[in-house]
Amino acid sequence: MHSNRYCNRIIVLPFSVLLEIRVKPDNSGVVTDGVKHSMNPFCEIAVEEAVKLKEKKLIKEVVAVSCGPQQSQETIRTALAMGADRGIHVEVAGKDYETLGPLQVSKIMAALAKKEDAQLIILGKQAIDDDCNQTGQMTAALLDWPQGTFASEVSLDGDKVKVVREIDGGLETIKISTPAVLTADLRLNTPRYATLPNIMKAKKKKIANVKPADLGVDLTSRLEVLKVEEPPQRQAGVKVETVEDLVGKLKETGRI
Amino acid sequence: MKSLKNLMSTAIDFGCRSLTQLAELPETHQLLRQTCRDYADRELMPIAAKLDKEHVFPAKQIHELGAMGVMAMEVPEELGGAGMDYLAYSLAMEEISRGCASTGVVVSVNNSLYIGPILKFGTVEQKKQWIAPFTTGEKVGCFALSEPGNGSDAGAASTLARQEGDQWVLNGTKAWITNSWDASATVVFATTDKKLKHKGISAFLVPMPHPGLSLGKKEDKLGIRASSTANIILEDCRIPLENMLGPRGAGFRIAMQTLDSGRIGIAAQALGIAQAALDCAADYAHKRTAFGAPIGKLQAIQFKLADMAVAVESARLLTWKAAILKDSNKPFIKEAAMAKLAASEAATFCSHQAIQVLGGMGYVTDMPAERHYRDARITEIYEGTSEIQRLVIAGQLLKEYQS
Repeated sequence: MHSNRYCNRIIVLPFSVLLEIRVKPDNSGVVTDGVKHSMNPFCEIAVEEAVKLKEKKLIKEVVAVSCGPQQSQETIRTALAMGADRGIHVEVAGKDYETLGPLQVSKIMAALAKKEDAQLIILGKQAIDDDCNQTGQMTAALLDWPQGTFASEVSLDGDKVKVVREIDGGLETIKISTPAVLTADLRLNTPRYATLPNIMKAKKKKIANVKPADLGVDLTSRLEVLKVEEPPQRQAGVKVETVEDLVGKLKETGRI
Repeated sequence: MKSLKNLMSTAIDFGCRSLTQLAELPETHQLLRQTCRDYADRELMPIAAKLDKEHVFPAKQIHELGAMGVMAMEVPEELGGAGMDYLAYSLAMEEISRGCASTGVVVSVNNSLYIGPILKFGTVEQKKQWIAPFTTGEKVGCFALSEPGNGSDAGAASTLARQEGDQWVLNGTKAWITNSWDASATVVFATTDKKLKHKGISAFLVPMPHPGLSLGKKEDKLGIRASSTANIILEDCRIPLENMLGPRGAGFRIAMQTLDSGRIGIAAQALGIAQAALDCAADYAHKRTAFGAPIGKLQAIQFKLADMAVAVESARLLTWKAAILKDSNKPFIKEAAMAKLAASEAATFCSHQAIQVLGGMGYVTDMPAERHYRDARITEIYEGTSEIQRLVIAGQLLKEYQS
């Protein structure tokens, strides 16, 4: 009854996000030149979960995939230092990178999942720069795989995965079969700090370079960004003396 | 001409670690630096003020750092260490100290002053017994050289060790010992042959606690208050013969060589404090407005920040150079002394100016500037005072000019 083949390979998709957001002067987007990137916090949690599953000997290999320019390699190295076995860097640069959205990334992930014969794909639930919360769901749809999103607890049981999901009403527990896509929510785990010996070992782990064209993926975006603006500056509040004044002010500004 | 030739051959011999490539650290080191920086930002900075105020030893954080491999960076993996080089150690020390200087000194003493000499001079058995348990953060060690009667004058050790059968019996008092109240072992220097003067000093390994070894009161210090500093009192403290570290009479040499390396760690600690002070001042310069604009627009503030940045960056490059030389097994004594001197003076300068930039806010505990000022001060004193560093540098320098 025991089979080690059921969960062989996990692909995690750590995305890097900007550490500092400034809108470009022409309102066409956000400044990315020279701004430091770091791994998306939800993706750190995803990588940690994958490494934990490997440490429990429930899966054999963790592959870290990142789509983007040269800098994405740093994100992959961090995932390797946390315990992933090897990395794949899907090179997307320049104009293509600016329009790279969840749909394109999902297509890439779907193609890679088939190529690598993965049993599980784990991603962060959303990137903190665009807050799309779409990549996991789209990837599952493209592959026609079941999905366990907003996971706060994951356990493998034979060839099924039990996922406790954080939903608006509370917690929902579902059981899905592999292969499957999971997205990590905040309370899934606390990501580890890479240990120094693992940082040394990460140097020797392989990162393969792949182009989207090699995977047969078309990166053209179906979305066009019209404008990016900063949120309005917070205005100073007004202090009032009495409750009557408060009600009066609220009526004045049309709130009530 | 001779020293120029030395410089040229040094630059060429480095290969991929050439001085000209110091602008970009190797990738592993960048990743290590980022990891330590993240740890310091998330786990040390938020509690540093509390640790300082309550004089609390950061036991949990030391355990976590041990798990990361930071407590035994140079130790080979088979003994439980991280197997990294001194450049990596300097980077880690700087980032950790930027978060909390007290935690930095605990890490530094364990790495350079306790594990350092055992790694270099210990037998295989001694390394297993005295290093392996001290790599995880569960146990820390300390280094007992200074005495109430001699600090800079290390050759005048009055702690005595006499042989009695199959034991050494130690008597004397050691002063200013960092980690003393939290340590599980110490390296102690004692005179075995008084007639040989400094060539009659030997090094010993003593477990803590141990009969005959007691601790004085915890010193109430100006800074680095989360680390314990106290006297170690030895009264007929008996240890087995195999607890001698290195050959008999080699104690002074072991101490000096240990301090030469330890200097690089302390330089890195001072850099961390200096950088933290600079970060604090620069941030404040953006936010504080006076005369109708952020004070960062005023030349007086700009000149201060520029001077601080130059001081930190030049000390950092000196520290990296000393570390790289040591890693390449090249002579590094002069550079290590220069690094420690430059970094500690940068730390006191930057923290002093940071308070000036912050004005009144720099004087109160709401901002970390006052803590950096207090933490920085000791870096010019321990592990060789700035005066001693100048003597070391001059000594090495003059040797180069001897024809």
